[in-house]
Amino acid sequence: MIRTLLVGLLLAAVGFAAGRHAGRDAAAAVVVPRPAAAHAATAPGGTAAQPIRSVAGPAGPHVVTVEEGDSIQAAVGAAQPGTTIRIMPGTYRESVYIDKDNIRLVGVIEAGKRPVLDGGGTLNDAILYSGNNVVVENLELRAYKGNGIMGQAGNNFEIRNNVVVDTGVYGIFPQLGQNGIVEYNVVSGIADAAIYVGMSDNIHVAHNEVFDSVAGIEIENSRHAIVENNYVHDNAGGLLAFITPGLPIKTTFDVVFRHNFVVRNNHVNFAAPGSTVAGIPSGTGILVMAADDVVIEGNIISDNKAIGVLIVDHAHAANITADPESDPNSDRVAILDNVMLHNGYDTIPEVKALLLSELKGGDVDIARAGPSPGSCIRERERYVTAGVGDFAECGFSDTADRITYLLPPVPPRTIELAERGKVAYLGVCSGCHLYNGRLIGPPVQAIQALYLDDPQGLADYIAKPVRKRPDFPEMPPQDYLDPQTRLEVAKYMLALTR
Amino acid sequence: MKLCALLLGVVLATASGAAAADPSIRLREYCPPSFELLPEGVCALRNRYQVYGSLQDAGVGGTTTHLPPHREGFTPQQMDLGRYLFFDPLLSADRGSSCASCHDPELGFSDGRARAVGPAGEDVGRAAPTLWNVTFLKRLQWDASARSLEEQMQGSLFSAVEMANTPAKLVADLNANAQYRRLFAEAFPAETGVVTLAAIYRAIAAFQSSLISLNSRYDRYALGYPQALSAHEIEGLNVFRSFVARCAECHTPPLFTNQQIAVIGSPEPAGRALDVGAEKTFNAPKLKGGFKVPTLRNIALTAPYMHSGRFATLREAVAFYTGGRGHAVPPGVEMYLHWHIWEPRLSDQELDRLVDFLQTLTDESFMPQVPERLPSGLPPFGRRAISGGAVAGPVQTTKGSRT
Repeated sequence: MIRTLLVGLLLAAVGFAAGRHAGRDAAAAVVVPRPAAAHAATAPGGTAAQPIRSVAGPAGPHVVTVEEGDSIQAAVGAAQPGTTIRIMPGTYRESVYIDKDNIRLVGVIEAGKRPVLDGGGTLNDAILYSGNNVVVENLELRAYKGNGIMGQAGNNFEIRNNVVVDTGVYGIFPQLGQNGIVEYNVVSGIADAAIYVGMSDNIHVAHNEVFDSVAGIEIENSRHAIVENNYVHDNAGGLLAFITPGLPIKTTFDVVFRHNFVVRNNHVNFAAPGSTVAGIPSGTGILVMAADDVVIEGNIISDNKAIGVLIVDHAHAANITADPESDPNSDRVAILDNVMLHNGYDTIPEVKALLLSELKGGDVDIARAGPSPGSCIRERERYVTAGVGDFAECGFSDTADRITYLLPPVPPRTIELAERGKVAYLGVCSGCHLYNGRLIGPPVQAIQALYLDDPQGLADYIAKPVRKRPDFPEMPPQDYLDPQTRLEVAKYMLALTR
Repeated sequence: MKLCALLLGVVLATASGAAAADPSIRLREYCPPSFELLPEGVCALRNRYQVYGSLQDAGVGGTTTHLPPHREGFTPQQMDLGRYLFFDPLLSADRGSSCASCHDPELGFSDGRARAVGPAGEDVGRAAPTLWNVTFLKRLQWDASARSLEEQMQGSLFSAVEMANTPAKLVADLNANAQYRRLFAEAFPAETGVVTLAAIYRAIAAFQSSLISLNSRYDRYALGYPQALSAHEIEGLNVFRSFVARCAECHTPPLFTNQQIAVIGSPEPAGRALDVGAEKTFNAPKLKGGFKVPTLRNIALTAPYMHSGRFATLREAVAFYTGGRGHAVPPGVEMYLHWHIWEPRLSDQELDRLVDFLQTLTDESFMPQVPERLPSGLPPFGRRAISGGAVAGPVQTTKGSRT
């Protein structure tokens, strides 16, 4: 039954899309033009003409396999960058952290059986990563208290084809990352956002199913994000574009919500008291709070009891503190063609009051509270609206030219070896060694006299020092610097002239 | 040449009638540790976070996420002059306390007290924060009321309960000192030989900017040496950054602060009135009880903890966060608690591991030298908490004075 309905809706959407250009163009007094210039200026690298399927680059040369009973973390710990860790079906009760680059955790699915990371309701997080170019695929994550997958500052991530169930606060949560893909994941039972993109840039969230959570997909204090082709149902709130106050990144802009099913997001809001999402009215399809340049296009938004699309500023949002450094308004929101059916049939008092002020009543698709300068809407007469009377007619009909905001894979920044040596010398060694005076260790000049033509000898010494001078304290080993850096430090030190 | 300088020093000292001038005080022509002297004569910060193989952008990537912008553009002479000023009690009204009285290098550039104490034993009201890595901070003071080091230091120099000086007396005292006139002329050659307030502030800020602590065991771990931390410490790191405890959301690496204001509802010591903190700074009731998120660098050295020193130990401080959302907010007070303050229900073992991890953030490898002699002829420091709060002369220690 549900399947049938979905297929029907899908067909309707296709037909709708094909016909949309034939629609009338109302002779509106004000037309908001396509904000192309702004995007060109703010999207690093611009928008790509071709779809980008991968941002982590090709898999590295090393492959290891983890079987049930083995530790995934042990494999990560032993892995060098460029390793694919294949995880065989079975149950793994652990938290995995990845503090290195180019690691792929790839589940092996056999006869429908995935590897399961089970937190047993006691472990904090299933997977934490901070490395760049991390890929997590084909896993099932259940019963954690914190997150299913949390990224902290890793770039070029790919999180794909995972099943995430009841993993605490967030299901999939890349934070402070640039250039990442979150796709084909099924996430449910999450006490905050099933997929939460926080303080990140150049993100693609597509083809996910998110349900039975407080929030479906949240784009927060992030820029250049496309959220498309997701099935977002039975959450308290479906799609969110937020500025949350009090974070070090102060803006959210350039977010495209397109071609998603945003359906029946009427779940009771079970967020922790005090959390930002605790203020979301159950039954909210799409919520824009203080985010700028949000485009809502080609979505099917239906059966959300409170409202289809709600646009608010910080002052009108429940539960939100102040941040003098963030603009509290949702500027330049563009509502393009969407299918909206049976929304707002049991709405909140604030929206009812807005409707009443416009002498309207009944079901409501779109409401706006607080300033939203520069915003626009296409064919507004199709919807029941409240508070969008001053929205202009949009001067563009789609975002077809914005295929992706992902950036093509690029090689690592080149850092000259000499630079590495200099920075290690200044950043570490200079605390104890002066060029020609006594600090803690002997002067550089004295070291030069010993090792002038033997940088390797000096590099070996600093890894494992022995006491040489009775009038100086013994040097602690600098073995945490890798051998190449140690050699470069030695060369730099021996070449100093002042 | 040396003789000339010596003679000039003697003449000036005689003319000014100041304490015995010491012409042997010379400003360093080299930069402090972790700084490179650029051809244009200024010192530039260099550290290992500046070179790593991040893709796309040097800005973000892994545990090696970049550091925030910092103060720079100071010459070696300005940074060294600031070092003398920092330790010199001549900067206080009664010549009894220096910046180092409350920001003691021996005590993590704090003072070991719950709240700072003024010259006559006054309760200054809030804890003296560490100065390590202060160069990276956009705002200073617990209530974020100062936007620069220069602005902040005026609060302390001229507050009646801190150093109690006045701008006029400060400038007069330094101008009356031939040594300082000579040293300021050296550090600020473009000026006319008169010591100005702006130059005083700039020199102290220059010295403060040299207090860099980025070589802890945690840094070794973050920069690619996993053996730097023990299993317990890594466990603590994972609790720290997990979304259950959420410590890293505000105490964000690598600086271990996100420099925001957070209302966490931490309690005042018994009998003290509620400190409204940033509410006053921003005239914003929603920020009642809000304070700037402090760095956790060298946190093990700066007990007691929180803005008014309610918690004596790190263990008590971390346990606060699992005591229940708002459990310490006084009855009848409405606070807009930060959304990360919740009910993480951390186990005793997790709290222990957090403390283990916090102790890996200690690094004093760039400890500056305490001057042996000051241009004023006064003993460095003046009052010092380290000897029990009484007026004390300089304390000879291994870390603090290693000239």
